[in-house]
Amino acid sequence: MPITLEKIPGQEERVILSMGPQHPSTHGVLRLVLELDGETVVRGIYDIGYLHTGFEKSFEALTYSQGITLTDRMDYLAPLSNNLGFCLAIEKLLNLEIPPKAQWVRVLLTELTRIQSHLVWLGTHALELGAMSPFLYTFREREEILNIFELVSGQRMMTSYFRVGGLALEPPLDWLRRVGKFMKGFPRCLEEYEGLLTKNPIWMKRTIGVGAISAEDALALSLSGPSLRASGVKWDVRKAEPYSSYEKFNFDIPTRSEGDVYARYLVRMDEIRESIKIVNQATQGMPEGPVKANAPHIVLPERESMKTSIEALIYHFKIVTEGFHPPVGEVYQSIESPRGELGFYIVSDGTPKPFRCHVRAPSFANLQTLIKVIEGRLLADVVACIASLDTILGEIDR
Amino acid sequence: MSLLLDANPVPRKLREFDPQAIEDAREFRGEITLFIPAARLRSVCEFLRDAADLQFKYLSDLTAVDLCASEPRFEVVYHLLALEPYQRLRLKVRLPGDNPRIDSVVPIWPGANAFEREVFDLFGIQFDGHPFLRRLMLPEEWEGYPLRKDYPTTGYR
Repeated sequence: MPITLEKIPGQEERVILSMGPQHPSTHGVLRLVLELDGETVVRGIYDIGYLHTGFEKSFEALTYSQGITLTDRMDYLAPLSNNLGFCLAIEKLLNLEIPPKAQWVRVLLTELTRIQSHLVWLGTHALELGAMSPFLYTFREREEILNIFELVSGQRMMTSYFRVGGLALEPPLDWLRRVGKFMKGFPRCLEEYEGLLTKNPIWMKRTIGVGAISAEDALALSLSGPSLRASGVKWDVRKAEPYSSYEKFNFDIPTRSEGDVYARYLVRMDEIRESIKIVNQATQGMPEGPVKANAPHIVLPERESMKTSIEALIYHFKIVTEGFHPPVGEVYQSIESPRGELGFYIVSDGTPKPFRCHVRAPSFANLQTLIKVIEGRLLADVVACIASLDTILGEIDR
Repeated sequence: MSLLLDANPVPRKLREFDPQAIEDAREFRGEITLFIPAARLRSVCEFLRDAADLQFKYLSDLTAVDLCASEPRFEVVYHLLALEPYQRLRLKVRLPGDNPRIDSVVPIWPGANAFEREVFDLFGIQFDGHPFLRRLMLPEEWEGYPLRKDYPTTGYR
């Protein structure tokens, strides 16, 4: 039996509505059970797990390097952010130093990921509130970012491009020119989206004052990311605990104080602008050098060296057949994914496979806020609230 | 252990509040782990959240680890975060393999709700005082707890 809401004894009968898991506005397979009084939501619960595939269990059966491919599939709109979080956690466990160029490429690509993830959010959010055209425009630009990912890693979505110790391979020669060309035209596109929405009276009526949450409640409910910053909490993991040389970049953390759907919209739009700033800085100041750490027992050797060096061949054989042995210990590494604090908690027992790998998925925690903000609101506002929290069911269910 | 406890202000303040609050402490890669007795979890968490100079108001993560074949078998892991001053802390509580139960921290951090349900669902650890302790990922009628080490990764159960 799927989960449902129990009747409260002695109360007059109300409509129990099961919304989802196939409802188009639920961004995947989220199911909500809502108790309605007329059109007003009295209370609600959510039901998840429709995409549960046991990633955390699978990690325990794979070596650390093999696990990277699983992280792509959790938050499928931000695979590179997930790659980064997982690799950083393992590198912290190994105490491994990453060359500057690899760190900068990582920053550049994760910021592009943030932009494309926010573009999907913006397009679908507007679509659900009845504005069809932003969806078509945002997907046009997103496509170009996916093309850049394909150019660099060979894959549009399931990139697996960040590896333990650096990058999978050297990016192609003229990729920065391609990024620069896209970045030159993109701010105009952003104005186009804002021209369609920001002062649009229907958009404002559907979002201002809807689904508001105070900073105190949001923190208590473990909300993170742009949704939390829309409530006035100036916390961004990139600034608070800089990783992958974010401390060398100049950017702001946009915040708002209203905490409603409109504020979350504005914060994300400003965040795209900050990401453009970071990408431009990374493109201009890209350091030269290797993209893999100098750690032959962890990082796969170059193909060429395997043909001439017996040592490289042995390392390659060892890494592929067995994996590497990190020290015994446990680490928690968090990064700022497009949706909030993405944390990887890895327990190592010294074998080539993680003893336990837990993913602190931002959407998983953020979804709890949904139940709080829809209470007492109209059913139509539920759609706006789901969209504004930007949850991805792939990482919720894992 | 004692060296670490004296050097860092968080365990020091915690021990001033309750001398029996810390069973054990570890440090690895700059991350501090404090082991808390199960019976004292609520009071310790309340203190960490409310003490004026600690302010661990944010529960970042809550999960569990199964150390199958050793006793105590389970560890429930809490990752706390304080924004002002900015610091992270990991708490651990050891639980026996036979009927593992622990106090829920939902009254302290409402955000623990989904995390505790997940741990209940996948590890079979009971959280006393949780408002809605039902299976989260798996169907209600599912048998067994997949993230336990004695649950096979492949094949039929």
